[in-house]
Amino acid sequence: MIIGSIACLEIKNILSSIITIGVVGLGLSLAFLFLGAPDLALVQFVFEILCVIILIRAFAKRSIEVRALRRDVPETIIAIVILASIFVLSIFAFKDLPSFGKPIVRVAERYLAQAGVETGSQNIVTAVILNYRVYDTLGEVTVLFTAILGAVTILRKTGRKKRHAE
Amino acid sequence: MILYIMCFFLFLVGVYGAITKRDLIKIILAIGIMGYSVNLFLVLLAYRTGALVPILKKGLNIPASMMVDPIPQALVLTSIVIELGITALMAALAIRIYQKYGTFDITKIRRLQG
Repeated sequence: MIIGSIACLEIKNILSSIITIGVVGLGLSLAFLFLGAPDLALVQFVFEILCVIILIRAFAKRSIEVRALRRDVPETIIAIVILASIFVLSIFAFKDLPSFGKPIVRVAERYLAQAGVETGSQNIVTAVILNYRVYDTLGEVTVLFTAILGAVTILRKTGRKKRHAE
Repeated sequence: MILYIMCFFLFLVGVYGAITKRDLIKIILAIGIMGYSVNLFLVLLAYRTGALVPILKKGLNIPASMMVDPIPQALVLTSIVIELGITALMAALAIRIYQKYGTFDITKIRRLQG
């Protein structure tokens, strides 16, 4: 996935770049499947397909322009140096986390024990989304609605008035 | 721990793309990569070695300590859907900018201001 994402950023052609990010997302979906999250794998799969479709639809035709984007070598080097130092520092931070495979579950233990009885749902992830944290889901739907509303508003051909135009 | 570090490296790849690329589409993709890595990190935190999927089956009593933590999964589910909305919104903005300036290069867009 790392290789895929680096390739995605470095490839010149925009169409293959978008397809590469699709590959990265599908790899993420597989990773979710192996990490015991089939719901997430399904959602990620659908999300990835939608994302690639949206991006290709949006950008494939428009990227025919010649891309002679010269890159600033000093800027790139400075960015890489700073990010590398952040990376090295982060290794110390990750030492404090619980090691992989042994998570700290306190709230979830109660959910796991009680969810079947309290909600009647067989899938505990569904129980958490739609019962214990239903306000989160409401907020999520609101955010999604707002984002799509914004996209539609931005893409609308005719603006109402001049001051709303941009 | 090596997995966490690789995940963080993926995040840094996203940050690198977002701050050094000049192409709006590349920046959108880089932000997408950052989102992937954060989701992956949360799910990695929730994983328990040898644990089962948090789905109850009738007549099969799995002890609670044998299941993956469901809460991060639920929240990541929310996050993935929101990411889709964000991507669509950014794509719409980029198309609009392209219609106005005729380019995706952010340095040129800055020069054409006004």
